[in-house]
Amino acid sequence: MPFIPHTEADIREMLAALGVPSTETLFDEIPAELRCGALDLPPALKEMEVTRLMRARAGQNRPLLCFAGAGAYEHHIPAAVWAVTSRGEYYSAYTPYQAEASQGTLQVLYEYQSMMASLTAMDVSNASLYDGATSLAEAVLMAVRTNRKSHSRRILMPKTVHPFYRRVVRTIVGSQALELIELPYDVETGRVDPASLEIHSGTDIAALVIPQINFFGVLEAVDELTVWAAANGAIAIALVNPMALALLKPPGEWGQEGADIACGDGQPLGIPLSGGGPYFGFMCCRKAHVHQLPGRLVGRTVDMDGKPGFTLTLQAREQHIRRGRATSNICTNQGLMVTAATIYMALLGPEGLRRVALQSHQNTLSLMSSLTAVDGAERVFSGPFFHEAVFRTRRPASEIMDGLAERGILGGHELARDYPELGEAILVCVTETRTQEDIESYARQIASLLNHG
Amino acid sequence: MLIFDRSRRGRAAHAQLLPESGESPAIPDYLLRKTRPALPEVSELDAVRHYTRLSQQNYSIDTQFYPLGSCTMKYNPKVCHDLASLPGFLNTHPLGLERTGQGTLAGLYELQEMLAEITGMAGVSLACAAGAQGEFAGVAMIRAYHRLRDDLARTEMLVPDAAHGTNPASASMGGFRVREVATDADGNVDLTALELAVGPQTAGIMLTNPSTLGVFDQHIRAIADIVHRAGGLLYYDGANLNAIAGKVRPGDMGFDVIHLNLHKTFSTPHGGGGPGAGPVGVGDKLLPFLPLPVIVKDGSRYRMLTETERPHSIGHLVTFAGNVGVLLRAYVYIRMLGHEGLERVAEFSTLNANYLLKKLVEAGFEPAFPQRRAAHEFIITLKRLAKEHHVTALDFAKRLLDYGVHAPTVYFPLLIPECFLIEPTETESKEALDAFVRIMAEILKEAETDPDRLKSAPHSLPVRRLDEVRAARHPDLAYKSE
Repeated sequence: MPFIPHTEADIREMLAALGVPSTETLFDEIPAELRCGALDLPPALKEMEVTRLMRARAGQNRPLLCFAGAGAYEHHIPAAVWAVTSRGEYYSAYTPYQAEASQGTLQVLYEYQSMMASLTAMDVSNASLYDGATSLAEAVLMAVRTNRKSHSRRILMPKTVHPFYRRVVRTIVGSQALELIELPYDVETGRVDPASLEIHSGTDIAALVIPQINFFGVLEAVDELTVWAAANGAIAIALVNPMALALLKPPGEWGQEGADIACGDGQPLGIPLSGGGPYFGFMCCRKAHVHQLPGRLVGRTVDMDGKPGFTLTLQAREQHIRRGRATSNICTNQGLMVTAATIYMALLGPEGLRRVALQSHQNTLSLMSSLTAVDGAERVFSGPFFHEAVFRTRRPASEIMDGLAERGILGGHELARDYPELGEAILVCVTETRTQEDIESYARQIASLLNHG
Repeated sequence: MLIFDRSRRGRAAHAQLLPESGESPAIPDYLLRKTRPALPEVSELDAVRHYTRLSQQNYSIDTQFYPLGSCTMKYNPKVCHDLASLPGFLNTHPLGLERTGQGTLAGLYELQEMLAEITGMAGVSLACAAGAQGEFAGVAMIRAYHRLRDDLARTEMLVPDAAHGTNPASASMGGFRVREVATDADGNVDLTALELAVGPQTAGIMLTNPSTLGVFDQHIRAIADIVHRAGGLLYYDGANLNAIAGKVRPGDMGFDVIHLNLHKTFSTPHGGGGPGAGPVGVGDKLLPFLPLPVIVKDGSRYRMLTETERPHSIGHLVTFAGNVGVLLRAYVYIRMLGHEGLERVAEFSTLNANYLLKKLVEAGFEPAFPQRRAAHEFIITLKRLAKEHHVTALDFAKRLLDYGVHAPTVYFPLLIPECFLIEPTETESKEALDAFVRIMAEILKEAETDPDRLKSAPHSLPVRRLDEVRAARHPDLAYKSE
């Protein structure tokens, strides 16, 4: 009984108080024919034994030098972030329904909302969603609810949006009679050609998704796309990397009046890669649309004595109040991840975050200039890129990836499955954590793989 | 004081500040940011002290008794956090998982198998990020099942009136019309009402058992028969699995699809609101529809099934493989329990609940279902206090905070007036339960003699009762610097 404190004497006294001979009697309302026998589970392990097991398992994971991004980024995480986040008072608390006993979590969430609103230049932020892909799905649903001008439920979804995000959107909005229209990309620049939107001009479109940075690492013409959305009565959904926003124009300033909704994955802000999760999704919007925003919201108010304090608010949007008519079914979100992200942003500050973004960008420039100097390797797109880029070589991408793995490098993400038209292309990412030596080594290994096969 | 109030222009956590590396000429000027985001400028100690102090304003399992019904606030073992945080797990990129994450995948695969055994289901997918997403996945599988059979008239999902709010919300999100089913006087689903509600339009029913009323529905096989006969499927909301783990399996009760809340039964942390994990399990009928990824073992290698191998899958629900770090914590927890340990979870959570109920009744509290055994949680109603002393369940809850315990769940389920849903969990000692009873009795006395003491509670927390009306009427959702 690893975590049960009862002594034999306790059990005797409690059973006596209940007037039953054994705990078994407490299950006598369950029909006997439903009871299962002993479960076939491995035997119990002591902490020392399970530690040995998990260390061995962790050791089976191969630590490769990471040049992969594609939605999950290795950034340096200050030691203080998880030292504080792991405190039991954050780790083992519930959703802050009892506001007076949860001021710590509530204030963190308010500060988080403030930081995200400022980073995206939007009015409000919710307290998190599950991850980037689900935040996009929720944004699409929100856009349809919000857009009073449109009756079409048609969404323009560029192919430059992460293919994993697009498949999640399909699953989640699949039963809602929405039409997802794929927007092609310019094979030369690797971004949505605003001119390609012309065939949709004047038609009834509920929303346009604008990824910045896009899946290929390329920077989209966000101003033109946002202006088009506004002119055509479509909600502009900005899908953004929050790290990049320290350097790039924030969604609230795109076009004439800014995007309407900003969403994305918060993982770059202090969350470990951890095999794909837990990360957190974020969503920000204009004040006018706040009643359509899904997820928890924290507001600042005052107590009976006029002292400032924090509480969950505008809960009439949520499932525990509105049930079948809620803006979303989300209940549990990614609270602890948001705590980490808040501490991360506080430690980095505006300048620290900008420098991480800039260093990542410059490292990627450096890698691409070394790679394009290698005979047989080429950059695929001409559009400006941020901290990811697509290249291809004359050898199959899978062989390049295997070859790099043998040399201790996770080379990136192969694009052939989702973009067969690009040939043997690899999406590569360099963050601030890679040194100049790492970068040169990557290019050297590519050259050697191309020369010696 | 907000972190922004501690900010001073030009201050920084210098150990985190990379050297200035000049401009970014490769990015066109019109795409660059011109204004600084209003993030705080503080030293590392400023940030550490600020967020450490804030943490001290929280009640948590580590610091307080937290009998929050329906949430299973049991001890979250430290070792689970430690082991899931080993660098080998933390530094694995999701896109390298099959190539570089065999150790992670081994744990996830075994977790799938163990959860299938615990629930009596044929297959499990770990993809869903939380219970509500698991519900959505379950609903989507039910929809996909009927559609594949061309049974398109099944547009209605039955939900008992006692259900969690996420159930009807998930059903709507999955494209179903929600139809409520009444509860009988014993807290079971009203079978007559159910017979009247089912028909060719019934896609399925979403049930929690033990229900949110804290009692085990003895007619579960009859419910399963009625719904199955009508052509519908049974969905099990695993929120209350703590009460029956190792004793009864949803698969044996007749359920076709389930979700589990690993942050409840399997002791992963609630984190002040998440992250959770909501694996789904299915019987043979729904196996082809499971969300991806599903992890399989080929020889000694683990890999994830693709859309081509599972063409009828409802698809992906999250970007990558789910909340892997949470899943690893649950894996460690189950390995430490083994089958005996798991069965004892049900036994002792039930023993604690029944003991606490008995002691509270002796202390003068009114149970909602005196004729029933408690499962792992139970309901008391404070309607007499409300009537005689104008003290509400909310007032009582706020006063509990003053005594250093977190309040039970209040006003849920909606069926019982002025209710407390109390779930002590198995990790609390007899002394903790006895202390809670003494506090409850003390407050009961106060309610009768000095009701204002309760109405103006809490008195000893960082803030007193908050003005929620003002928060909603004049939303202040983000700090604006002057």
